[in-house]
Amino acid sequence: MNGIFGLDGRTWDIILAIITASIKAFVIVNGLLLAFAYMTLSERKVLGRMQARYGPNRAGPWGILQPIADGIKLAFKEDVTPRQANRWIHLLAPCLALVPALIIFAVIPLGPEMEVFGVPWTWHVARVNVAYLYAAAIASVGVYGIVLAGWASNSKYALLGGLRASAQVISYELAQGLAAMTAIVMAGSLDLYEIVNQQVASGLPYALYLPFGLVAFVVYVIAGVAEANRAPFDLAEAEGELGAGFHTEYSGFKWSMFFMAEYVNMINISALASVLFLGGWWPIPTDAPGVVQALGPVVFLVKIALFMFMFIWLRATLPRLRFDRLMSLGWKVLLPVALVNLIGTATVVALWPLGTWPFAN
Amino acid sequence: MAFDFVPILIQALVAIIIAVGVIVIAHLIGSRNPTPAKLAPYECGMSPVGQAWRRFPIKFFLTAMLFVLFDIEVIFFVPWAAVLRHLRAGGSEYVLFALGEMAVFVGFLALGYVYILKKRALEWEA
Repeated sequence: MNGIFGLDGRTWDIILAIITASIKAFVIVNGLLLAFAYMTLSERKVLGRMQARYGPNRAGPWGILQPIADGIKLAFKEDVTPRQANRWIHLLAPCLALVPALIIFAVIPLGPEMEVFGVPWTWHVARVNVAYLYAAAIASVGVYGIVLAGWASNSKYALLGGLRASAQVISYELAQGLAAMTAIVMAGSLDLYEIVNQQVASGLPYALYLPFGLVAFVVYVIAGVAEANRAPFDLAEAEGELGAGFHTEYSGFKWSMFFMAEYVNMINISALASVLFLGGWWPIPTDAPGVVQALGPVVFLVKIALFMFMFIWLRATLPRLRFDRLMSLGWKVLLPVALVNLIGTATVVALWPLGTWPFAN
Repeated sequence: MAFDFVPILIQALVAIIIAVGVIVIAHLIGSRNPTPAKLAPYECGMSPVGQAWRRFPIKFFLTAMLFVLFDIEVIFFVPWAAVLRHLRAGGSEYVLFALGEMAVFVGFLALGYVYILKKRALEWEA
Protein backbone atom coordinates (compact mmCIF):
# COMPACT_ATOMS: atom_id res chain seq x y z
CA MET A 1 0.00 0.00 0.00
CA ASN A 2 1.51 3.28 -1.09
CA GLY A 3 0.72 6.92 -1.02
CA ILE A 4 -2.63 6.80 0.81
CA PHE A 5 -3.37 10.12 2.58
CA GLY A 6 0.08 11.26 1.47
CA LEU A 7 1.80 8.81 3.85
CA ASP A 8 4.66 6.67 2.58
CA GLY A 9 4.46 2.87 2.69
CA ARG A 10 6.45 2.40 5.90
CA THR A 11 4.44 4.87 7.99
CA TRP A 12 1.28 3.25 6.66
CA ASP A 13 2.56 -0.21 7.66
CA ILE A 14 3.24 1.00 11.20
CA ILE A 15 -0.21 2.56 11.51
CA LEU A 16 -1.79 -0.63 10.18
CA ALA A 17 0.22 -2.74 12.65
CA ILE A 18 -0.90 -0.55 15.56
CA ILE A 19 -4.54 -0.76 14.50
CA THR A 20 -4.32 -4.55 14.14
CA ALA A 21 -2.64 -4.87 17.54
CA SER A 22 -5.30 -2.66 19.17
CA ILE A 23 -8.13 -4.76 17.77
CA LYS A 24 -6.42 -8.00 18.77
CA ALA A 25 -5.67 -6.71 22.28
CA PHE A 26 -9.28 -5.61 22.69
CA VAL A 27 -10.59 -8.98 21.50
CA ILE A 28 -8.15 -10.94 23.70
CA VAL A 29 -8.87 -8.94 26.87
CA ASN A 30 -12.63 -9.12 26.38
CA GLY A 31 -12.39 -12.76 25.37
CA LEU A 32 -10.55 -13.49 28.61
CA LEU A 33 -13.24 -11.72 30.62
CA LEU A 34 -15.98 -13.59 28.75
CA ALA A 35 -14.14 -16.85 29.35
CA PHE A 36 -13.94 -15.90 33.03
CA ALA A 37 -17.69 -15.29 33.18
CA TYR A 38 -18.54 -18.63 31.63
CA MET A 39 -15.82 -20.36 33.60
CA THR A 40 -17.64 -19.42 36.80
CA LEU A 41 -20.85 -20.91 35.38
CA SER A 42 -19.22 -24.10 34.17
CA GLU A 43 -17.36 -24.47 37.46
CA ARG A 44 -20.63 -24.31 39.39
CA LYS A 45 -22.28 -26.67 36.92
CA VAL A 46 -19.46 -29.23 36.98
CA LEU A 47 -19.06 -29.01 40.77
CA GLY A 48 -22.82 -29.45 41.05
CA ARG A 49 -22.80 -32.54 38.89
CA MET A 50 -19.86 -33.97 40.82
CA GLN A 51 -21.85 -33.49 44.02
CA ALA A 52 -25.02 -35.04 42.50
CA ARG A 53 -26.98 -31.79 42.10
CA TYR A 54 -27.81 -29.54 39.17
CA GLY A 55 -25.95 -26.28 39.76
CA PRO A 56 -27.42 -23.00 38.47
CA ASN A 57 -30.29 -23.67 36.04
CA ARG A 58 -32.79 -20.85 36.58
CA ALA A 59 -31.42 -17.84 34.66
CA GLY A 60 -32.03 -18.69 31.00
CA PRO A 61 -31.85 -22.16 29.45
CA TRP A 62 -29.32 -24.32 31.35
CA GLY A 63 -28.49 -21.23 33.41
CA ILE A 64 -26.49 -19.60 30.60
CA LEU A 65 -27.55 -16.10 31.68
CA GLN A 66 -26.29 -16.68 35.24
CA PRO A 67 -22.90 -14.87 34.77
CA ILE A 68 -24.71 -11.80 33.39
CA ALA A 69 -27.10 -11.79 36.34
CA ASP A 70 -24.15 -12.12 38.73
CA GLY A 71 -22.34 -9.26 36.99
CA ILE A 72 -25.31 -6.91 37.22
CA LYS A 73 -25.86 -7.82 40.85
CA LEU A 74 -22.20 -7.13 41.69
CA ALA A 75 -22.23 -3.77 39.89
CA PHE A 76 -25.08 -2.56 42.09
CA LYS A 77 -23.46 -3.77 45.32
CA GLU A 78 -22.06 -1.30 47.79
CA ASP A 79 -18.32 -0.78 47.56
CA VAL A 80 -17.18 -0.75 51.20
CA THR A 81 -13.74 0.53 52.18
CA PRO A 82 -13.19 -0.15 55.90
CA ARG A 83 -12.56 2.89 58.07
CA GLN A 84 -9.11 1.77 59.25
CA ALA A 85 -7.94 0.69 55.81
CA ASN A 86 -5.35 2.49 53.69
CA ARG A 87 -7.81 3.87 51.15
CA TRP A 88 -5.54 4.25 48.11
CA ILE A 89 -3.70 0.97 48.40
CA HIS A 90 -7.05 -0.70 49.06
CA LEU A 91 -8.11 0.68 45.68
CA LEU A 92 -4.82 -0.08 43.92
CA ALA A 93 -4.60 -3.75 44.97
CA PRO A 94 -7.41 -5.18 42.79
CA CYS A 95 -6.05 -3.31 39.77
CA LEU A 96 -2.58 -4.71 40.46
CA ALA A 97 -4.06 -8.20 40.57
CA LEU A 98 -6.19 -7.89 37.43
CA VAL A 99 -4.04 -5.92 34.97
CA PRO A 100 -1.02 -8.30 34.96
CA ALA A 101 -3.39 -11.26 34.56
CA LEU A 102 -4.93 -9.64 31.49
CA ILE A 103 -1.70 -8.76 29.71
CA ILE A 104 0.18 -12.07 29.92
CA PHE A 105 -1.95 -13.53 27.16
CA ALA A 106 -0.48 -11.01 24.68
CA VAL A 107 2.51 -13.29 24.04
CA ILE A 108 0.66 -16.61 23.86
CA PRO A 109 0.75 -17.89 20.25
CA LEU A 110 -2.71 -19.36 19.68
CA GLY A 111 -1.96 -20.71 16.22
CA PRO A 112 0.62 -20.85 13.43
CA GLU A 113 1.53 -17.72 11.49
CA MET A 114 -0.39 -17.95 8.21
CA GLU A 115 -1.48 -16.07 5.13
CA VAL A 116 -5.12 -15.24 4.47
CA PHE A 117 -5.56 -14.32 0.79
CA GLY A 118 -1.93 -13.25 0.62
CA VAL A 119 -2.08 -11.08 3.76
CA PRO A 120 0.06 -12.32 6.66
CA TRP A 121 -1.98 -13.10 9.77
CA THR A 122 -0.80 -14.08 13.25
CA TRP A 123 -2.76 -15.53 16.14
CA HIS A 124 -0.82 -13.65 18.82
CA VAL A 125 -0.82 -9.99 19.81
CA ALA A 126 2.96 -9.79 20.07
CA ARG A 127 5.85 -12.07 19.24
CA VAL A 128 8.86 -11.15 21.35
CA ASN A 129 12.09 -13.09 21.66
CA VAL A 130 11.92 -13.17 25.48
CA ALA A 131 8.25 -14.16 25.66
CA TYR A 132 8.59 -16.73 28.45
CA LEU A 133 10.61 -14.33 30.58
CA TYR A 134 7.96 -11.66 30.01
CA ALA A 135 5.14 -14.00 31.03
CA ALA A 136 6.96 -15.15 34.17
CA ALA A 137 7.89 -11.60 35.17
CA ILE A 138 4.37 -10.22 34.71
CA ALA A 139 2.88 -13.23 36.50
CA SER A 140 4.96 -12.44 39.57
CA VAL A 141 3.72 -8.84 39.60
CA GLY A 142 0.29 -10.30 40.39
CA VAL A 143 1.43 -11.31 43.87
CA TYR A 144 1.70 -7.61 44.81
CA GLY A 145 -2.05 -7.32 44.40
CA ILE A 146 -2.59 -10.07 46.96
CA VAL A 147 0.01 -8.79 49.44
CA LEU A 148 -1.20 -5.20 49.25
CA ALA A 149 -4.86 -6.24 49.50
CA GLY A 150 -4.07 -8.20 52.65
CA TRP A 151 -2.06 -5.40 54.18
CA ALA A 152 -4.18 -2.41 53.16
CA SER A 153 -7.41 -3.87 54.57
CA ASN A 154 -6.05 -3.58 58.12
CA SER A 155 -7.99 -6.67 59.12
CA LYS A 156 -6.42 -9.66 60.83
CA TYR A 157 -7.96 -12.23 58.52
CA ALA A 158 -6.96 -10.29 55.44
CA LEU A 159 -3.39 -9.82 56.68
CA LEU A 160 -2.95 -13.51 57.51
CA GLY A 161 -4.48 -14.52 54.18
CA GLY A 162 -2.22 -12.13 52.29
CA LEU A 163 0.88 -13.40 54.10
CA ARG A 164 -0.02 -17.00 53.45
CA ALA A 165 -0.81 -16.35 49.81
CA SER A 166 2.43 -14.49 49.17
CA ALA A 167 4.57 -17.12 50.93
CA GLN A 168 2.84 -19.82 48.91
CA VAL A 169 3.00 -18.08 45.54
CA ILE A 170 6.68 -17.16 45.82
CA SER A 171 7.62 -20.65 47.03
CA TYR A 172 5.97 -22.39 44.10
CA GLU A 173 7.35 -19.87 41.62
CA LEU A 174 10.80 -21.44 42.04
CA ALA A 175 9.67 -24.94 41.09
CA GLN A 176 7.54 -23.55 38.28
CA GLY A 177 10.42 -21.56 36.83
CA LEU A 178 12.78 -24.54 36.93
CA ALA A 179 10.18 -26.82 35.32
CA ALA A 180 9.61 -24.30 32.52
CA MET A 181 13.39 -24.08 32.06
CA THR A 182 13.35 -27.75 31.09
CA ALA A 183 11.20 -26.95 28.06
CA ILE A 184 13.42 -23.97 27.25
CA VAL A 185 16.58 -26.08 27.32
CA MET A 186 14.95 -28.55 24.94
CA ALA A 187 13.73 -25.83 22.58
CA GLY A 188 16.80 -23.58 22.90
CA SER A 189 14.64 -20.48 22.81
CA LEU A 190 12.59 -18.21 25.06
CA ASP A 191 10.23 -17.34 22.20
CA LEU A 192 6.97 -19.20 22.90
CA TYR A 193 6.21 -19.44 19.16
CA GLU A 194 9.58 -21.05 18.56
CA ILE A 195 9.05 -23.44 21.50
CA VAL A 196 5.77 -24.66 19.98
CA ASN A 197 7.37 -24.82 16.55
CA GLN A 198 10.15 -27.11 17.82
CA GLN A 199 7.60 -29.50 19.33
CA VAL A 200 5.45 -29.52 16.19
CA ALA A 201 8.55 -30.04 14.02
CA SER A 202 9.75 -33.00 16.11
CA GLY A 203 6.21 -34.39 16.14
CA LEU A 204 6.14 -34.88 19.91
CA PRO A 205 5.07 -32.46 22.66
CA TYR A 206 7.66 -32.05 25.42
CA ALA A 207 5.38 -33.74 27.98
CA LEU A 208 6.00 -36.99 26.07
CA TYR A 209 9.81 -36.72 26.16
CA LEU A 210 10.22 -39.42 28.77
CA PRO A 211 11.17 -39.20 31.54
CA PHE A 212 12.35 -35.59 31.89
CA GLY A 213 9.61 -33.84 29.94
CA LEU A 214 6.84 -35.63 31.79
CA VAL A 215 8.35 -34.92 35.21
CA ALA A 216 8.75 -31.24 34.33
CA PHE A 217 5.17 -31.13 33.07
CA VAL A 218 3.78 -32.64 36.27
CA VAL A 219 5.86 -30.28 38.45
CA TYR A 220 4.76 -27.33 36.32
CA VAL A 221 1.08 -28.18 36.63
CA ILE A 222 1.22 -28.77 40.40
CA ALA A 223 3.10 -25.50 40.89
CA GLY A 224 0.63 -23.81 38.55
CA VAL A 225 -2.34 -24.91 40.65
CA ALA A 226 -0.56 -23.51 43.71
CA GLU A 227 0.28 -20.27 41.86
CA ALA A 228 -3.37 -19.76 41.02
CA ASN A 229 -4.31 -20.25 44.70
CA ARG A 230 -6.70 -23.02 43.70
CA ALA A 231 -7.83 -26.05 45.68
CA PRO A 232 -6.13 -28.08 47.13
CA PHE A 233 -3.68 -25.18 47.60
CA ASP A 234 -6.27 -22.47 48.40
CA LEU A 235 -4.83 -21.82 51.86
CA ALA A 236 -5.04 -18.08 51.26
CA GLU A 237 -8.81 -18.18 51.46
CA ALA A 238 -9.33 -21.15 53.74
CA GLU A 239 -12.85 -20.12 54.69
CA GLY A 240 -12.97 -22.28 57.81
CA GLU A 241 -10.09 -20.41 59.43
CA LEU A 242 -9.56 -17.08 57.67
CA GLY A 243 -12.93 -15.72 56.60
CA ALA A 244 -12.18 -15.08 52.93
CA GLY A 245 -8.44 -14.47 53.31
CA PHE A 246 -6.91 -11.47 51.58
CA HIS A 247 -10.20 -10.25 50.10
CA THR A 248 -12.21 -10.41 53.35
CA GLU A 249 -12.66 -6.63 53.35
CA TYR A 250 -13.56 -6.30 49.67
CA SER A 251 -17.05 -6.07 48.26
CA GLY A 252 -18.81 -5.28 45.00
CA PHE A 253 -16.77 -4.94 41.86
CA LYS A 254 -13.43 -4.58 43.62
CA TRP A 255 -14.00 -8.04 45.06
CA SER A 256 -14.99 -9.40 41.68
CA MET A 257 -11.73 -8.06 40.22
CA PHE A 258 -9.82 -10.48 42.46
CA PHE A 259 -12.17 -13.18 41.28
CA MET A 260 -11.50 -12.24 37.64
CA ALA A 261 -7.75 -12.17 38.27
CA GLU A 262 -7.86 -15.66 39.78
CA TYR A 263 -9.73 -17.17 36.84
CA VAL A 264 -7.76 -15.32 34.16
CA ASN A 265 -4.58 -16.51 35.88
CA MET A 266 -5.88 -20.06 35.62
CA ILE A 267 -6.36 -19.52 31.90
CA ASN A 268 -2.84 -18.07 31.60
CA ILE A 269 -1.28 -20.98 33.45
CA SER A 270 -3.21 -23.44 31.29
CA ALA A 271 -2.11 -21.64 28.14
CA LEU A 272 1.54 -21.55 29.21
CA ALA A 273 1.47 -25.22 30.18
CA SER A 274 -0.04 -26.03 26.77
CA VAL A 275 2.63 -24.00 24.99
CA LEU A 276 5.58 -25.33 26.98
CA PHE A 277 4.65 -28.99 27.34
CA LEU A 278 1.66 -29.92 25.16
CA GLY A 279 2.93 -28.31 21.97
CA GLY A 280 0.36 -25.53 21.51
CA TRP A 281 -1.34 -26.34 18.20
CA TRP A 282 0.36 -29.73 17.91
CA PRO A 283 -0.56 -32.01 16.02
CA ILE A 284 -1.50 -29.39 13.36
CA PRO A 285 1.67 -28.85 11.28
CA THR A 286 2.88 -25.25 11.28
CA ASP A 287 3.28 -25.15 7.49
CA ALA A 288 0.01 -26.93 6.64
CA PRO A 289 -2.38 -25.47 4.03
CA GLY A 290 -4.41 -22.49 5.27
CA VAL A 291 -7.62 -24.32 6.13
CA VAL A 292 -5.79 -26.87 8.27
CA GLN A 293 -3.70 -24.14 9.91
CA ALA A 294 -6.89 -22.42 11.00
CA LEU A 295 -7.61 -25.49 13.16
CA GLY A 296 -4.51 -24.64 15.24
CA PRO A 297 -6.29 -22.20 17.58
CA VAL A 298 -9.15 -24.70 17.98
CA VAL A 299 -6.76 -27.42 19.14
CA PHE A 300 -5.08 -24.93 21.46
CA LEU A 301 -8.36 -23.83 23.03
CA VAL A 302 -9.40 -27.46 23.55
CA LYS A 303 -6.15 -28.02 25.47
CA ILE A 304 -6.83 -24.96 27.63
CA ALA A 305 -10.38 -26.18 28.27
CA LEU A 306 -9.06 -29.56 29.40
CA PHE A 307 -6.76 -27.82 31.88
CA MET A 308 -9.66 -25.74 33.18
CA PHE A 309 -11.71 -28.89 33.67
CA MET A 310 -8.78 -30.36 35.60
CA PHE A 311 -8.73 -27.32 37.90
CA ILE A 312 -12.43 -27.87 38.71
CA TRP A 313 -11.98 -31.60 39.06
CA LEU A 314 -9.12 -31.10 41.56
CA ARG A 315 -11.29 -28.74 43.57
CA ALA A 316 -14.10 -31.29 43.73
CA THR A 317 -11.79 -34.14 44.66
CA LEU A 318 -8.94 -33.12 46.94
CA PRO A 319 -9.08 -31.81 50.52
CA ARG A 320 -7.07 -28.70 51.38
CA LEU A 321 -3.46 -29.13 52.50
CA ARG A 322 -2.12 -28.01 55.87
CA PHE A 323 0.10 -24.93 55.60
CA ASP A 324 3.36 -26.52 56.78
CA ARG A 325 2.84 -29.44 54.39
CA LEU A 326 2.14 -27.01 51.56
CA MET A 327 5.43 -25.23 52.18
CA SER A 328 7.43 -28.42 52.50
CA LEU A 329 5.90 -29.81 49.30
CA GLY A 330 7.09 -26.73 47.44
CA TRP A 331 10.55 -26.41 48.95
CA LYS A 332 11.52 -30.02 49.75
CA VAL A 333 9.86 -31.99 46.96
CA LEU A 334 9.08 -29.91 43.88
CA LEU A 335 12.18 -27.66 43.98
CA PRO A 336 14.81 -30.46 44.19
CA VAL A 337 12.89 -32.62 41.70
CA ALA A 338 12.68 -29.76 39.20
CA LEU A 339 16.38 -28.93 39.64
CA VAL A 340 17.60 -32.52 39.17
CA ASN A 341 15.24 -32.87 36.24
CA LEU A 342 16.65 -29.73 34.61
CA ILE A 343 20.23 -30.96 34.97
CA GLY A 344 19.25 -34.32 33.49
CA THR A 345 17.55 -32.65 30.53
CA ALA A 346 20.54 -30.38 29.93
CA THR A 347 22.89 -33.36 29.93
CA VAL A 348 20.75 -35.23 27.41
CA VAL A 349 20.39 -32.16 25.17
CA ALA A 350 24.14 -31.49 25.31
CA LEU A 351 25.23 -35.07 24.59
CA TRP A 352 22.50 -36.15 22.14
CA PRO A 353 24.08 -37.28 18.84
CA LEU A 354 23.87 -34.42 16.34
CA GLY A 355 21.54 -34.75 13.39
CA THR A 356 19.29 -37.37 15.01
CA TRP A 357 15.72 -37.09 16.21
CA PRO A 358 14.43 -35.37 18.30
CA PHE A 359 17.18 -32.80 18.95
CA ALA A 360 18.19 -32.45 15.32
CA ASN A 361 19.98 -29.37 13.87
CA MET B 1 13.17 -5.14 17.95
CA ALA B 2 11.77 -2.65 20.45
CA PHE B 3 8.76 -2.30 18.18
CA ASP B 4 7.85 -5.91 19.02
CA PHE B 5 6.81 -4.72 22.47
CA VAL B 6 4.43 -2.00 21.28
CA PRO B 7 1.44 -4.41 20.97
CA ILE B 8 2.05 -5.48 24.59
CA LEU B 9 1.89 -1.84 25.67
CA ILE B 10 -1.37 -1.49 23.75
CA GLN B 11 -2.79 -4.53 25.52
CA ALA B 12 -1.62 -3.12 28.87
CA LEU B 13 -3.44 0.10 28.02
CA VAL B 14 -6.64 -1.81 27.18
CA ALA B 15 -6.37 -3.80 30.43
CA ILE B 16 -5.82 -0.64 32.52
CA ILE B 17 -8.75 1.11 30.87
CA ILE B 18 -11.00 -1.86 31.64
CA ALA B 19 -9.80 -2.13 35.25
CA VAL B 20 -10.25 1.58 35.93
CA GLY B 21 -13.52 1.74 33.97
CA VAL B 22 -15.03 -1.11 35.93
CA ILE B 23 -14.18 0.60 39.24
CA VAL B 24 -15.55 3.94 38.08
CA ILE B 25 -18.79 2.43 36.75
CA ALA B 26 -19.33 0.40 39.90
CA HIS B 27 -18.65 3.53 41.96
CA LEU B 28 -21.25 5.49 39.98
CA ILE B 29 -24.09 2.97 40.00
CA GLY B 30 -23.39 1.13 43.26
CA SER B 31 -25.41 1.99 46.35
CA ARG B 32 -23.72 3.80 49.24
CA ASN B 33 -24.98 3.53 52.76
CA PRO B 34 -22.06 3.38 55.20
CA THR B 35 -22.69 2.64 58.87
CA PRO B 36 -20.07 2.44 61.62
CA ALA B 37 -20.52 -1.30 61.96
CA LYS B 38 -20.18 -1.82 58.21
CA LEU B 39 -16.93 0.16 58.09
CA ALA B 40 -15.35 -1.81 60.91
CA PRO B 41 -12.94 -4.63 59.98
CA TYR B 42 -14.51 -8.07 59.90
CA GLU B 43 -13.85 -10.01 63.07
CA CYS B 44 -16.66 -12.56 63.13
CA GLY B 45 -19.10 -10.14 64.75
CA MET B 46 -16.89 -9.30 67.75
CA SER B 47 -15.80 -5.70 68.32
CA PRO B 48 -12.41 -5.38 66.63
CA VAL B 49 -9.42 -5.43 68.98
CA GLY B 50 -6.62 -3.05 67.96
CA GLN B 51 -5.05 -2.76 64.54
CA ALA B 52 -3.96 -5.55 62.25
CA TRP B 53 -0.68 -3.76 61.46
CA ARG B 54 1.56 -5.33 64.06
CA ARG B 55 4.21 -8.01 64.31
CA PHE B 56 3.76 -11.16 62.27
CA PRO B 57 5.63 -14.48 62.34
CA ILE B 58 9.24 -14.19 61.15
CA LYS B 59 8.74 -17.38 59.09
CA PHE B 60 7.04 -15.42 56.33
CA PHE B 61 9.91 -12.96 56.17
CA LEU B 62 12.45 -15.78 56.10
CA THR B 63 10.58 -17.46 53.25
CA ALA B 64 10.59 -14.20 51.30
CA MET B 65 14.37 -13.80 51.77
CA LEU B 66 15.09 -17.39 50.72
CA PHE B 67 12.84 -16.84 47.70
CA VAL B 68 14.82 -13.81 46.60
CA LEU B 69 18.10 -15.75 46.85
CA PHE B 70 16.84 -18.80 44.98
CA ASP B 71 14.87 -16.84 42.42
CA ILE B 72 17.98 -14.91 41.40
CA GLU B 73 19.73 -18.24 40.92
CA VAL B 74 16.82 -19.48 38.81
CA ILE B 75 17.07 -16.32 36.70
CA PHE B 76 20.74 -17.16 36.02
CA PHE B 77 19.54 -20.35 34.37
CA VAL B 78 17.52 -18.47 31.75
CA PRO B 79 20.27 -17.28 29.34
CA TRP B 80 22.13 -20.54 29.80
CA ALA B 81 19.02 -22.59 29.01
CA ALA B 82 18.26 -20.54 25.92
CA VAL B 83 21.74 -20.93 24.35
CA LEU B 84 22.77 -24.42 25.47
CA ARG B 85 21.48 -26.15 22.32
CA HIS B 86 23.00 -23.58 20.00
CA LEU B 87 26.47 -23.93 21.56
CA ARG B 88 26.78 -27.32 19.88
CA ALA B 89 27.21 -25.62 16.52
CA GLY B 90 30.63 -24.37 17.68
CA GLY B 91 31.88 -27.83 18.64
CA SER B 92 31.36 -30.24 21.51
CA GLU B 93 33.95 -28.54 23.76
CA TYR B 94 31.76 -25.43 24.07
CA VAL B 95 28.68 -27.30 25.14
CA LEU B 96 30.66 -29.45 27.57
CA PHE B 97 32.19 -26.29 29.03
CA ALA B 98 28.70 -24.79 29.48
CA LEU B 99 27.50 -27.99 31.12
CA GLY B 100 30.50 -28.06 33.46
CA GLU B 101 30.10 -24.42 34.44
CA MET B 102 26.45 -25.05 35.24
CA ALA B 103 27.39 -28.12 37.28
CA VAL B 104 29.66 -25.90 39.41
CA PHE B 105 26.87 -23.35 39.78
CA VAL B 106 24.31 -26.00 40.73
CA GLY B 107 26.87 -27.41 43.18
CA PHE B 108 26.96 -24.09 45.05
CA LEU B 109 23.17 -23.88 44.84
CA ALA B 110 22.85 -27.38 46.32
CA LEU B 111 25.32 -26.45 49.07
CA GLY B 112 23.18 -23.46 50.03
CA TYR B 113 20.07 -25.62 49.88
CA VAL B 114 21.57 -28.26 52.18
CA TYR B 115 22.65 -25.45 54.53
CA ILE B 116 19.12 -24.04 54.88
CA LEU B 117 17.80 -27.58 55.32
CA LYS B 118 20.30 -28.23 58.12
CA LYS B 119 19.50 -24.88 59.70
CA ARG B 120 15.87 -26.02 59.66
CA ALA B 121 14.89 -22.78 57.92
CA LEU B 122 12.25 -24.70 55.97
CA GLU B 123 10.66 -26.30 59.05
CA TRP B 124 7.44 -24.42 59.64
CA GLU B 125 6.99 -25.71 63.20
CA ALA B 126 10.56 -25.13 64.40
